[in-house]
Amino acid sequence: MMTRRHVVSVLMANEAGSLSRVVGLFSARGFNIDSLNVAPTQTPSVSRLTLVTFCDDQLIEQINKQLNKLVDVIKLVEIEEHELIDREMMMVKIIADAESRGNYMQLADTFRAKVVDICPTNLVVELTGSPRKLDAFIAMIEPENIRELARTGLTGVAVTGSGKCLEL
Amino acid sequence: MATRKHRLNGAEIIIEALKAEGTEFVFGYPGGAVLHIYDALYKQEDIVHVLARHEQGALHAADGYARATGKVGVALVTSGPGLTNAVTGIATAHADSIPMVVFSGQVPSSLIGNDAFQEVDAVGITRPCVKHSYLVKDVNQLADTIKKAFYIASSGRPGPVLIDIPKDVSAQEAPFHYDDAPVHIPSYQPTVEGHIGQIKKALKMLKKAKRPMLYSGGGVVIDNASEEMTLLARRLNMPVTNTLMGLGAYPANDRQFVGMLGMHGTFEANMAMHHCDVLFAVGARFDDRVTGNLEKFCPKAKIIHIDIDPSSIAKNVKVDIPIVGSVKSVMQEMVRLTADDTFDSTRIEPWWKQIEEWRKVDSLGFDESGDRIKPQRVIKTLYEITGGNAIVTSDVGQHQMWAAQYFGFHEPRRWINSGGLGTMGFGYPAAIGAKLGRPDEDVYCITGEGSIQMMLQEMTTARQYNVPTKIICLNNGYLGMVRQWQEFFYDKRYSMSYMDSLPDFIKLAEAYGHSGVRIEKPEELESKLREVVAMKDKTVFVDILTDPSENVYPMIPSGGGQADMLLAGRDKMKSVFSEGMVLV
Repeated sequence: MMTRRHVVSVLMANEAGSLSRVVGLFSARGFNIDSLNVAPTQTPSVSRLTLVTFCDDQLIEQINKQLNKLVDVIKLVEIEEHELIDREMMMVKIIADAESRGNYMQLADTFRAKVVDICPTNLVVELTGSPRKLDAFIAMIEPENIRELARTGLTGVAVTGSGKCLEL
Repeated sequence: MATRKHRLNGAEIIIEALKAEGTEFVFGYPGGAVLHIYDALYKQEDIVHVLARHEQGALHAADGYARATGKVGVALVTSGPGLTNAVTGIATAHADSIPMVVFSGQVPSSLIGNDAFQEVDAVGITRPCVKHSYLVKDVNQLADTIKKAFYIASSGRPGPVLIDIPKDVSAQEAPFHYDDAPVHIPSYQPTVEGHIGQIKKALKMLKKAKRPMLYSGGGVVIDNASEEMTLLARRLNMPVTNTLMGLGAYPANDRQFVGMLGMHGTFEANMAMHHCDVLFAVGARFDDRVTGNLEKFCPKAKIIHIDIDPSSIAKNVKVDIPIVGSVKSVMQEMVRLTADDTFDSTRIEPWWKQIEEWRKVDSLGFDESGDRIKPQRVIKTLYEITGGNAIVTSDVGQHQMWAAQYFGFHEPRRWINSGGLGTMGFGYPAAIGAKLGRPDEDVYCITGEGSIQMMLQEMTTARQYNVPTKIICLNNGYLGMVRQWQEFFYDKRYSMSYMDSLPDFIKLAEAYGHSGVRIEKPEELESKLREVVAMKDKTVFVDILTDPSENVYPMIPSGGGQADMLLAGRDKMKSVFSEGMVLV
C-alpha cells in the first residue's frame, strides 16, 4: 500500500503521562512520528495534539483506533490534505556578517518572514507558513550558515464545512 | 467540613475503597513504600492479604483469581524492584485482557525524580502493558482514582490498571467519600451494544451460508457469553472451534465442537476453517498462532467479526461485517432475533458430512508403544478420572498444548493459561489464586519441569494459607517446546533445551510441607493418579517422568497455511523448511 503523509488531530486530557502514552503507541511499533505539536486548548484541562506521520492507509487506521483506545483521548480526527489548513512556525539563526546580512534580509522579506534579532555575526529570522514554504526558505541558505534551527511542527485545523470539526 | 470520623489516611482510604469494590483478596508483598498500607491491612479483617513469595507470583495469583471468578484481581507491591518484579504479571494479564487493579508504592512525592532508594518510574515502565495507569499525587484524588481504576479494568476490553501511590500520599489524611454513582469518564466510552443493522446483516449471511464456521475466543469467556453463544450455534447448526483462550466457551463434548484451531489445533478444525464460506469470529482476535500465513487464511470466507475493541477488528484480516460491541450483548441480540426462526439445517448437511470425514483422520491419535509414559495419556487419564470436573491451569510449553488438546473443557473459566504472552511460571500461582477464588473446585496445575521452577517458591504461599492444588508435572528433562522446534528447524541441535541437574521434586514438595508422588511407569499411571485426585485437602506435587522424544501434533509450522498440517507418524517433517527458521 502507498505511504503518504497523514495528519491526525487529537483532543486529549492535559495530564501527566498522557503525551507519553500517545508517543509510546508509536515507539512500541517502531514507527516514527514526523512531527508532533501539543498545547492546551481554550479549556486548560484539554490539549490539542497535531500529529504527522508517513505510513499507508491500513496502518493509519490501526493508529487511529489505538489512539482512540487510550483512556486520555477524548476524540480524534484524521484531516485529509485537501481539507487541512496547516501552519508551522520556525526560527532560524543564520551566520551573517555586515556583508551577507543584506541578502538574508531581502530573502526574509521575499518570504514574508520577520527578522527578530540581529548582532554583528548572526541574525534570527522568524517564519510562519506551510511546512513546504519553510523547507523552501531553508533551501535558500547554505547549510553551513545555519547555526540553529527550531521548528514547531505542524499545527492546523480542518476547513469549515469539511465535517472534520474537533469541538469540545 | 467533614467530621473527624470521616477523615482517613490514604492507606485507610485504599482499604475502604477495596471493601466498597467487594475485594476479597489482595495478593502482594510488602516493602518500605507500602508500609502504611500494610499497617491499614493489619487493622482490618474483611480483606485477606495473601503473601506471595515473589511479586510475579502475587500478580499471577491475582490473575488466576480473576480468570476463575470473573471478578477484578487485586495486587499490591512496593516500589522499585517490587514493581519491576510485577511487570511480567501485569504484561501477562494485559495480553489476555484480564481485569486487574495493581497498587504499587512509590517513593515519597518530594523524592520522585531524585533517583531515590527503590525508585523507578512505575507508570513509565508499565505503560506499554497496562490498560491505563495513575500516579496519585494528592490524597484527595485517591478514592476517586481507585473507583475509576476498577471501572476501567473491568469494562470494555478488560485489562490491568496500575495505581502508583507515593508513600506520603498513603499517610496524608482526607475526607473519605466513595461515590455510589456510576463512573463517567468522557474520553472513555466503550461501545457495548452492537449496531443492530450490522447484527441483522450478519445473521442473514450466516443463514445463507453453505459452509459456516464459528470461531470463538477468550472474549466469550471474559464476557460470560458462553451460554448465549452455545444456544446460537446450536440453533444455526454451526461447527464450532475455540481458540486456546476460548476453550470451555463451547462444551468440548458437544457434537458440533470440532476442537481447538490454529498451530496445534485439530485437523478437522483447521480444515473447516480453510474451507468455510462464512467465518463467524466471536471475541477472537485473529492471533498469528491461529491464522498462520495470513495469505492462506480462510481463503474462501466472508468474515463477520464481533469484538468490543475496535482496534482488534481488521487488524490482521479484512472483515466483511464488523460488529463493535460486547460479545454478551451482541449474542443476546442474536439469540433474540433467531428465537422464532425455523432454520433449515438440512442445507448444510453436506458440510457436516465433509467435517465428519475430516474427523476420521484422528489427528490427536498418538503412539503408545514403548515403556515410557506418554504425556498425552497423562492428560487423558486425568480428564477421565475427574470427568473434566476441575479447574486446570497450565504453564507454557508442550504440556500446555497437550492440556488444551486432551482435557475436555465443558464450561468456561475452567481452563486458565497464559495464551497471549506465553509466560512460563504462570500456572502454579494462578492455580493458587483460582483455588482461593473457587474453594469448592479441584484445581490442577499442569506444568513441566522447566516452567514450575520459575515459580516454585509459591509452594510456601500455598502452605501458609492452606491452598491445596495438584501440580501435575510432565517431566521429560527438556524444555520440550524448544526441543521440538530445535528438532524440526535446527537439525536437532538441542542448544540449552536440556534440563541438567534437576532437583528431586518429591523431596522439595516435602521440604515445603506438602506431599509428593512420582510416577515412572505407564502401568502405574492411572492408579497413582487416582490416589492423587483422592487426596482432596493436600497440595501434591506429582512428578511424572514422560517420554522425552514426544512432540506436539498436529502442527502447522509458522508461515504455513491452515491446510499445511503435519500429523503425527503420517507426514514426517518435510525438508522444505529451511534450517534456522524463526519461531514467529
